Amino acid sequence: MEIKTYDFAVVGAGVSGAWTAYELSKYTAKTCLLEKENDVAMGATKANSAIIHAGYDPVPGSLMAKLNVRGNALVRELHEKMDIPFRQIGSYVIALNDEGEEKIKELYERGIKNGVEGLKLLSKEETLAEEPNLSDDVRGALLAPTAGVCSAFEMSCAPAEVAENNGVDLIRNFAVSKVSDDGDYKLVEAADGRVVRARVVINAAGVHADEVAKLFGDDSFKIIPRRGEYSILDNNCGGLVKHVIFQPPVKFGKGILVSPTVDGNILVGPTADNIDDKDDKITTGAGQKVAFDGARKSVPTVSERDVITSFSGIRPIGGKEDFILGFSDADKSLFNVSGIESPGLTAGPAVGEYVVEQLIKNGYALEKKADFDGNRKVFRFNELSDEEKNEYIKKNPLYGRIICRCETVTEGEIVDAVRRGAGARDMDGVKRRVRAGMGRCQGGFCGPKVMEIISRELNIPMSEVTKFGGGSWMVEKD
Amino acid sequence: MTMNVDVAVIGGGPAGLAAALECRKNGIENILIIERDKQLGGILNQCIHPGFGLHVFGEELTGPEYAQRYINMLAETDIKTLTDTMVLSLSPDKVIRAVNSELGIVEISAKAVILSMGCRERTRGMLRISGTRPSGIYTAGTAQRLVNIEGYMPGKNVVILGSGDIGLIMARRMTLEGAKVKGVYEIMPKSGGLRRNIVQCLDDFGIPLHLSKTAVEIHGRERVEGITVASVDENLAPIAGTEEYIECDTVLLSVGLIPENEVSRSAGIEIDPKTRGPVNNGNFSTSVPGVFACGNVLKVYDLVDNVTKDSVLAGKAAADYIKNN
Repeated sequence: MEIKTYDFAVVGAGVSGAWTAYELSKYTAKTCLLEKENDVAMGATKANSAIIHAGYDPVPGSLMAKLNVRGNALVRELHEKMDIPFRQIGSYVIALNDEGEEKIKELYERGIKNGVEGLKLLSKEETLAEEPNLSDDVRGALLAPTAGVCSAFEMSCAPAEVAENNGVDLIRNFAVSKVSDDGDYKLVEAADGRVVRARVVINAAGVHADEVAKLFGDDSFKIIPRRGEYSILDNNCGGLVKHVIFQPPVKFGKGILVSPTVDGNILVGPTADNIDDKDDKITTGAGQKVAFDGARKSVPTVSERDVITSFSGIRPIGGKEDFILGFSDADKSLFNVSGIESPGLTAGPAVGEYVVEQLIKNGYALEKKADFDGNRKVFRFNELSDEEKNEYIKKNPLYGRIICRCETVTEGEIVDAVRRGAGARDMDGVKRRVRAGMGRCQGGFCGPKVMEIISRELNIPMSEVTKFGGGSWMVEKD
Repeated sequence: MTMNVDVAVIGGGPAGLAAALECRKNGIENILIIERDKQLGGILNQCIHPGFGLHVFGEELTGPEYAQRYINMLAETDIKTLTDTMVLSLSPDKVIRAVNSELGIVEISAKAVILSMGCRERTRGMLRISGTRPSGIYTAGTAQRLVNIEGYMPGKNVVILGSGDIGLIMARRMTLEGAKVKGVYEIMPKSGGLRRNIVQCLDDFGIPLHLSKTAVEIHGRERVEGITVASVDENLAPIAGTEEYIECDTVLLSVGLIPENEVSRSAGIEIDPKTRGPVNNGNFSTSVPGVFACGNVLKVYDLVDNVTKDSVLAGKAAADYIKNN
């Protein structure tokens, strides 16, 4: 088998890896993006609060603070161009007692130092006027108008797609398992025996970043997986709160929040449990109780009865109280992008920029591509006017066939989702890209039809269609 | 494109078919049935088991046979149909927006509208079962479609949660197709399914029905590998210490049906929180004058025969409305 040679191999197509690949795709250097799963954004990126934080939380002077504030600005700048769903709804950290009042003042000061724009301390009356469903115990709030909510998945799918469209090779189901020297290059081997050659390996392997680093003899950090459980409420609860509602941060993170999602549902969570198993994404009854009991302190009427689905995500805690970003001391061909815990989603675009800056600083001569195209447009039938809908249906009748009735998704959009750069390869991939199966019936009606479309588009039998790759088959062989 | 009709029927399953035919019988001329699937008949098309029609036709038919009787009757009328067409919304002044591949967006103004969109199944998310998120968890109706319409087996080693009729029917169906159905687990102290289904679909095949037991955790990272069930107390809360692990590769859910009223809501129709269908203001009329509702979109029925009987009354009511307005 021919071994392909790259300048840069980015390990992990989560938010950090995807934005790093995106930045590198602006240059003529050859880059590959190695992903151990069947799709992008399958780890920490997939399941989190999907909040674009303003940046008042991290300690001033840290990389976290710098890249959070820069990442926030980049999301606001790029989301339209790259068609990343984002709503700048602002966030409130609410104070419910004396301690909370102290804390929000402290966060205000911190935010000013970090360069966060528009921060404002609100009185009880101002807070309740904007958010009448908050607890009457509320004393006031810190408003951060630059905060918002996004699609966490699109925050890595969009840059991965742009990267692939601009020449980066996205290689799926490539679980890095062995690394060896080959002159000035590294040979990076997958569990199934495939090999790529690269000058620099950028380790953005999320919860598994410590294992990848170890393959290079770097055991300078250990990733502790911390599980957070969330619930999504029906969109008929959509008006419950208008801003992201935080409670003051606690030791294990930013605490339980209640927030609109970018799609107009309400999100409740997360819990925070350090666990042993990095892939143990279970949800528990106990976790959900913790989340709702916590959430009711902010919004008393929030109810488990409105849950349409719940999920859990793993945050990679690096233990250094800051992102781990830079060339490894153990091996100069390894660049760690690790311990990207909260606010890692927000920081993503800035992390990509930072990595390229550091590569250039360390003597890697990068030459800009003349023909880089950073635009991306996702066609969403539901958002068109009737005239536009009719035009599209005339051109492609598949846009006139609704497959997912709950979310009004057409066959044309599902076909697009499979065919586009960094496209869908499985049921969850389609669901995350176009929302088919995301609604009330959770795929009950459209599931069999989506399976058939995937089978047809990828030219594979139905028994090879999976929910999310690997052994997640849907139906038996004939 | 725009159309004007006397009666627009949304949904071409048993309810819509019976209501449309009754409108025609009562002298209404211009009737249109809008159906999202490629053929009429609704969910009956995947119900290939017998047991339909005993009350209406005095004989036992399969679902497709029952539907075909109405499709045949329809063929003898000039009732128009738009199949493969999805209704997007209904306005309070009875304008329907729909879409299909051929015509694009269609606006249909109707003097009266009959809602007959049926229902959907409750899902795992609503049950809030703990555990992983593997493949292999299907609602019973989705599994029924896969097996009976598409011709695929969802799995071979099956546990069924909930003892609704579709779950019972699927226990038998999966067994006939060679799967091992390990048991049906029902959280309530008695099954919500029909007695005859418990006898014919479980007892006759030696499939155990476990009452007052529920799923507490789903296992398996990629595909379902097993499920933990436990007995529940009188408040339906799992009793610690009664957990039991059952190995399986497939879990079918038959835990209730919900009338599908998103289109009704778009017209501002008042919904009864108990039935989750439109409030019946007498004679199957809804809170919006000229809009009627029948079948499972109104409330969940046990028997299609009863859907037919009530839908005939709804069709008559819609015809009377047009004559009087």
